[in-house]
Amino acid sequence: MLLTLFGISVLIFTMLRLVPGNIADIVFNAAGMIDVAEKAKLEKELGLDKPIAAQYVQWVSGLVRGDLGYSYVSEKPAIQEILPRIPITAKLAGLALGFAVLFGVPLGVLSAVKQNSTLDYVLRVISLSGLSMPSFWLGLLVLMAFVAWFGTIPIYTDPPHGFWNTLALYCVPAAAVGFRSSALVMRLTRSSMLEVLRQDYIRTARAKGASDHNVNYHHALRNALLPVVTVIGIEAAFLMGGLIVTETVFNIPGVARFLVEAIRWRDYPIVQNLVMFIAVVAVSVNFFIDLLYAVLDPRIRYAS
Amino acid sequence: MASIDIVPTPAAEIERAEGIWSKILRHAGSHPLGVAGAGIMLVFVFAAVFADLITAYAPTTTNSAISLLPPGHGHPLGADAMGRDIYSRIVYGARISLAVGLGSTFLGSVLGVVLGLTSGYIGGWVDLIIQRVVDVLQAVPLLVLALVMAAALGPALDNTIVAIAVPLIPYTARVVRSNTLALREQPFVEAARAVGMSEFRIAVRHVLPNTLAPLIVIATAQLGAAILTEASLSFLALGVPEPHPSWGRMLSESAAEYVRVAPWLVIFPGLAISLAVFGTNLFGDALRDILDPRLRD
Repeated sequence: MLLTLFGISVLIFTMLRLVPGNIADIVFNAAGMIDVAEKAKLEKELGLDKPIAAQYVQWVSGLVRGDLGYSYVSEKPAIQEILPRIPITAKLAGLALGFAVLFGVPLGVLSAVKQNSTLDYVLRVISLSGLSMPSFWLGLLVLMAFVAWFGTIPIYTDPPHGFWNTLALYCVPAAAVGFRSSALVMRLTRSSMLEVLRQDYIRTARAKGASDHNVNYHHALRNALLPVVTVIGIEAAFLMGGLIVTETVFNIPGVARFLVEAIRWRDYPIVQNLVMFIAVVAVSVNFFIDLLYAVLDPRIRYAS
Repeated sequence: MASIDIVPTPAAEIERAEGIWSKILRHAGSHPLGVAGAGIMLVFVFAAVFADLITAYAPTTTNSAISLLPPGHGHPLGADAMGRDIYSRIVYGARISLAVGLGSTFLGSVLGVVLGLTSGYIGGWVDLIIQRVVDVLQAVPLLVLALVMAAALGPALDNTIVAIAVPLIPYTARVVRSNTLALREQPFVEAARAVGMSEFRIAVRHVLPNTLAPLIVIATAQLGAAILTEASLSFLALGVPEPHPSWGRMLSESAAEYVRVAPWLVIFPGLAISLAVFGTNLFGDALRDILDPRLRD
């Protein structure tokens, strides 16, 4: 786990240094200045003149101490720029995952129990189209629907106050991102459920005279949900991709949109710290899912 | 000494005996959704190949007189703010989407196969190192890694292909590696070694063809993901640059401000992306059922 994070830090850091043109170039080109001495001074100030290895050591040793460096653009400490944006994205991601589980699991079960019925076909086509639609397009369509019905767009301006206001503002973009996740969860629940329903112990339960309802929801579902837990975990980390475009569409000032802005501005301290943060979240989520799996499934007990 | 030609036939070649066309027809009958998917894909391939013949305007020709023209009046899907024909841009956009989708899937698969095959066949510390690299690539969400790579390489068509290909590597490498691990213990590999075949030749001629089925399944699934990722990158203006007519880019130009006044600018490019990916997914699902029932999810 630590090795992976170390690898990610090296990868991201070297990749960002390969970019032709640093912040000094951007600032100077934008201002139309070509004063070499001034530019060298700015590069020295930002530490861009040191060898890459030295810059890397400086960054990582800072990370360990909790010092993320300064944003090139705002000149504020990077941590002050990043921290306040995290709860916004976290709320969105949490809501989106909520949608995914709330719709994905029951519809997946329904689809499996009624396998090859019209309902099953309809649900399968819907879930496949959910996986095919780019979430930013879905977001734009939602905005269009708002214009058509209400004449306005729910745009994030000030931080919302109170629980209901927050929920109202976040649930539309969260649904736009969560649609894809719920499609994924539904597909997996369906196939996992079908797999379990074919097993011997299900036949035994039916032979004993257990009701359909009992077999489907007590015997089968509990086992079928195990692989679903894994996918929800993976999806939690990969929601980030959908959030990047959705936060851009809905103009939400979360970390995901901030990453895109920082990349455009070549704001290295922000980009490398944000990617590191995303990787840490992804790696730890996977780690906890592994632990959870062992708790949920008594057949899997990691060798002590 | 004459070469010994008692080379064991890999399983993949024995199966070919049925005749590829009769096999395709047999499977097509039982997978109508897969056929529909293949049909959708063919439409897009047709559009990409014959774009010049089926459009009346060049995708980059601007005409201020028809700025934001609604659909109709000789422009079936309307025109954008610069007066460019949306239909032409979508048809030519198929070229970009398919080029980036196929290009990055192919590149990612080739690199994934090389890494997975080396890792699984050689094993030992080589395997250990390659697996750690794969872990690193897989730990960063696909779009995030593609974004950073695209920014590092700069906006260009071939750079976008590379930026999407690299995040796809770990998935292919994992599958090829686990298949290789199982295959290298098979009797036919031992037999090939017994007749004096070089290790390289065994890996490429005997092990690789047997991992082809799962490889094709993964590649088809990745094609859809690659098309979506290209659209997202271009939407964020970090993918295929102007003047290339990229579907994602068209949505970024038309984004929030045109939602009110020109909905056709939003609807059609998004529909093109969704349909192309939908077709690929339908086809991929059927292919997976046929080629590798174990991978069914």
